[in-house]
Amino acid sequence: MMRIATSLRLLPSLLTLAWRNLWRNHRRTLVMLSAIALGVWAMIFMTAMMRGMIDQMVQNGLATLPGHAQIHHPDFVRDPSVVNRFAEPGGELLAALEQPPVTAWAARLRVPAVVASEYASRGVTLLGVDPAAEAALGSLPGELVAGRALQGPADAGVVLGESLAQRLETAVGRRVVLMSQDPDNDVADRGARVVGIYRGRLEGDEERFAYTGRDSLQALLGVEGEVTEAAMNGPDYRRVVAWLPDIRRAAGASLSVQPWQTLNPFLASMLGLQDGYALVFMLVVFLVLSFGLVNTLVMAVFERTRELGLIQALGMRPGLILLLILMESLWLLLLGLALGNALALATLWPLRDGLDLSAVAAGLEMMAMGTTLYPLLELSDMAMASAVVVGLGLLASLLPAWRASRLAPVVALARD
Amino acid sequence: MSDIRCRELCKTFRQGEERITGLDRVSIDIDSGEFLCLSGPSGSGKTTLLNALGGLDRPDSGSITFGGRRIDCLPRGELADLRLREIGFVFQAYNLVPVLSARENIEFVMQVQGVPAAERHRRSLAILAEVGLEGLADRRPPAMSGGQQQRVAVARAIVSRPRLVLADEPTANLDSHSATRLMALFQTLNREHGVTFVMATHDPRVMAFAARRVSMEDGRIVADRVQEPCAPEPA
Repeated sequence: MMRIATSLRLLPSLLTLAWRNLWRNHRRTLVMLSAIALGVWAMIFMTAMMRGMIDQMVQNGLATLPGHAQIHHPDFVRDPSVVNRFAEPGGELLAALEQPPVTAWAARLRVPAVVASEYASRGVTLLGVDPAAEAALGSLPGELVAGRALQGPADAGVVLGESLAQRLETAVGRRVVLMSQDPDNDVADRGARVVGIYRGRLEGDEERFAYTGRDSLQALLGVEGEVTEAAMNGPDYRRVVAWLPDIRRAAGASLSVQPWQTLNPFLASMLGLQDGYALVFMLVVFLVLSFGLVNTLVMAVFERTRELGLIQALGMRPGLILLLILMESLWLLLLGLALGNALALATLWPLRDGLDLSAVAAGLEMMAMGTTLYPLLELSDMAMASAVVVGLGLLASLLPAWRASRLAPVVALARD
Repeated sequence: MSDIRCRELCKTFRQGEERITGLDRVSIDIDSGEFLCLSGPSGSGKTTLLNALGGLDRPDSGSITFGGRRIDCLPRGELADLRLREIGFVFQAYNLVPVLSARENIEFVMQVQGVPAAERHRRSLAILAEVGLEGLADRRPPAMSGGQQQRVAVARAIVSRPRLVLADEPTANLDSHSATRLMALFQTLNREHGVTFVMATHDPRVMAFAARRVSMEDGRIVADRVQEPCAPEPA
């Protein structure tokens, strides 16, 4: 206890002494500082870029349809057909969906269907939507390349993906036949005019999803006032588990409410992977740094062997010598961290409006990304980089510090 | 009873294939308040004995008692505490911490001892005045002459009033005038404060100031005599 008290009492003096020792060899300190600052910059900058990329993939993935959470009939995931439908939200559930933290929601009819033109037919997922609600949710197809969008839930027209339209050899103004099964497993079909052609965020989406008005699809299948899916968004897709229990309570036991992580485990795994990747990347950068750091401290100890022997001779306990060397390392690490963080902020700030990656856009689109990358700087990443650098830096400094504390005073004092 | 008792101290060093004898069955008693010098040629064992007395080095065999306590087998931490509280060191090559000012160098030991800041400050300025360096409190060692640095080292050694001051060739790098002033200072501290001084030296000027002169050769004490010391010069 007394030794700890002595160490604490001497801490300000040791910090001063360590600070001055640090600047005895300006050049070496500056070189090491630059290396640490660059390492920290790389940790934060690259993690922000990677996180921005993953974030965009997740956001695009969620916007494609899932939203941040969805409500279904409990059997819908196992059998996604119109058999497993439920009444459009009302009462307590509607009240919960209409207030924060829910920022937008949409109820839709989602059924497997066949779209047939006079030349070909394709299996699709037919979505009966309320265009206004879907627009608020951000889940309407990305870009309309021909025709118009759906004008309301009663719109009987159909909007096809560009790729699907090409395969069906159809175009805006032409008629196609929509076929699906009604709840009694009878075929329900009707003709529909192609009113719009969209370009999807992913080519696969263009072939997979066809859109029509929700009311018209309900009428076709004889399920007026019923839907198979209600999707909703909150303020932040990462925090969905915080507010989902309220929706579950409002939905009641007869409905299943699932977050996007359950609906799309691939996207969820991307986020988990990103956290792991960030840590591994930081550890690798630190490993490179640690060689320089340990070398700097070993040199500092070697050059000051006589002086370290002197302060031991004057009565400084070995533990305090160890603390002194660790303080020098701490200064170096904290300065490097401050510089590295400042550098990362300075380089990320100009990119806040996005980095244009259109030159490699084709590759990025395959990864469900847009052509502009928005770096995502998270405080937790800065904290993790700081913890890795300080924590492991001090750990790496223990060896030279321990060696300094074990110097025999008489041998150290005899060193030239 | 003697303040320091050494019995049958032996110490050998390895130099390549050769074994060199540092101390060969050295026994000596030093009373509190003595002003003693160890003399002898290089390699005679003076510094080795000084290091053993100060707990900087351990003898291979034999015993050292300081104030009735065996110190030759103390752990490193306790030896450090002993040096901190009881012993002041003056080395041949000044050995100041170059990044600390004269005052900070002097305060260093008191700081580790836990002396409050105001008291440290007062005592360091007083001792600097005592060694004639009152105007150099904030100057760092590289900006001071050899003599000034040595006086700072002396001030550091005596500022916390140790029972024993060990000085290894304290005048080796000083001119005649500085050496005489330093010895006069040692003598004053010895007489006025009762501090025990043990000095290893080749320097006849230092030997002349000592009240007891112990001669060493090949790691052994070959003569131990009391003498009439030079009187300090009037200030």
